[in-house]
Amino acid sequence: MSELLQFLLSGVTVGAVYALVALGFTIIYNASDVVNFAQGEFVMLGGMITVFAHAAGAPLPLAALAAVVATAGLGVAMNKLAIEPARGAPVVSLVIITIGASIFIRGAAQLVFDKQIHSFPAFSGDDPFRILGATILPQSLWVIGGAVAVFIGLWLFFTRTLLGRAVLATSNNRLAAQLVGINTPFVMTLSFALSAGIGALAGVLVTPITMTSYDVGLALALKGFAAAMLGGMGNPKGALVGGLCLGLLEGLTAGYISSQYKDAAAFIVILAVLFFLPQGLFGRKSTDRV
Amino acid sequence: MRLTVKSATLLGLVALIALAPLFFPSGFYYRVGALIFVNGLAVTGIVILTGWAGQISLGHAGFAGIGAYACALAPVHWGLHPALAVVLGAGVSAVLAWLVGRPILRLKGYYLAVASLGMGILISMVLNNERALTRGPDGIEVAELGLRAVLKDAGLELSNGQFWYFLCGLVLLAGAWLALNLHDSPTGRALRALHGSEVAARTVGMDVARLKLQAFVISAVYASVSGSLLALQNKFITPDVAGFMHSVEMVTMAVLGGVGSVFGAIFGAAVLTLLPQVLTVFAEYEQLVLGAVMVLVMIFLREGVVPSILRKIRGGGE
Repeated sequence: MSELLQFLLSGVTVGAVYALVALGFTIIYNASDVVNFAQGEFVMLGGMITVFAHAAGAPLPLAALAAVVATAGLGVAMNKLAIEPARGAPVVSLVIITIGASIFIRGAAQLVFDKQIHSFPAFSGDDPFRILGATILPQSLWVIGGAVAVFIGLWLFFTRTLLGRAVLATSNNRLAAQLVGINTPFVMTLSFALSAGIGALAGVLVTPITMTSYDVGLALALKGFAAAMLGGMGNPKGALVGGLCLGLLEGLTAGYISSQYKDAAAFIVILAVLFFLPQGLFGRKSTDRV
Repeated sequence: MRLTVKSATLLGLVALIALAPLFFPSGFYYRVGALIFVNGLAVTGIVILTGWAGQISLGHAGFAGIGAYACALAPVHWGLHPALAVVLGAGVSAVLAWLVGRPILRLKGYYLAVASLGMGILISMVLNNERALTRGPDGIEVAELGLRAVLKDAGLELSNGQFWYFLCGLVLLAGAWLALNLHDSPTGRALRALHGSEVAARTVGMDVARLKLQAFVISAVYASVSGSLLALQNKFITPDVAGFMHSVEMVTMAVLGGVGSVFGAIFGAAVLTLLPQVLTVFAEYEQLVLGAVMVLVMIFLREGVVPSILRKIRGGGE
């Protein structure tokens, strides 16, 4: 019993990270129909910038804030320099652009930082809590709490503020949104900033547990993408549920089946979802007008 | 005399394969050339799938992995001749592509990209983890094809580099010829039609899902054979051949050169195969440059380098 609980707890922790990455995918996908494969690099940058700012003497909270802001800025730059100039290009081109951007960011990180594995101290120490025979690190609670806070914050933003509703309107119908006076290029910029910032936050929260290096982004991007697909691409609720399901599944696979194949869970899920449930758990059925 | 695209492409390739060795300063360049041809073959498959049928695959390296490991494992475990192992690999790849593609390609949109991504990563995971069979990430040696010795007995003595250069060149030529024939066949026209508009293609009675599936299976076979050739040539293979980055490379090569044209795509394969060789001096900057090239080409030369240049030469076009 305590064993199962342990697997579930570690699954939820990882799942919270996947959910944040999936949320990043969702925000950009909604605003621009682009599947941003550089999403994982934002997570990597969040961790790496914090590590280096902290090593340079900045207190941890300040270093983390700097990392989130800098990464959000980079997201905006990526939108301006790589995505906006290619507006209207076919999907293949956009996919390649975001993959290219991701390789570029990885290459730059390797030059600016280094190729070592880094970490920084957990926010509230390393003494685990005991729950019914299982243990959980305080940092895991930070990760889960951070994910919950981000989701509540975003939900309020999208439903209670004018700007948030403008973003929703743009994702529903860009042209119509433009016609009622919504500044859609700004919505795009905002979406990239939000998505990059959320990715960086995930990186900051999880680095004390998993550590980080310049090349952790790709795996995270693929998992986050799987989570987004599972939940239904373009649906924030789906991102949350998809991320948690994927994390739990991975935790259970690692515990009961094989830790070597825990990463396979995500991709088997992708294939199963596509075969049996192509819209994802929360996706809408869509029909096209011809 | 006006050349058709098909004969121009094939003549260009023949000239390139035959004349390039005259300029090789050392034997090493045969090896680079052979690598270009191997990549060119895989990329020709991508042209069929992406350029003509309009589908994206992010898992084609998985098929290359199947082709490569078929050559590594089948001769050892079942005593199959390496040449037959190539066929076996292609067969397995085709069946797998059919199984994965059949449910997915009934859907519209980027679902194939996602499904193939998952499939490719699963294949590479199996190759990495089933150490008892594949010896894991360290790689495994591959049997000698044996054709070079046969040629030697027949009086044609080639160095190892030369042999693989010409063999891969010939296979690429055959692959390009088949692809170009397909392009002009009813199936090829149907593929291009559904790329234009799936709804329109369905309205005139085309079995859209089946056509897309055919393109996927054919391109999987190309990737598989290219993986086999790579393994046989190196006599050694690691699971990296099936890695996600290799899939991305294939698509990038095709799109960089021009995904609608066989010659363009092979040109893209040549550029991206040469780039790391040139950049070894700046190994640190390799990823940076590769990423920047991908983004810039997609923004400024959307159709790919070769078609964009051809259009300039012809004076504007549209």
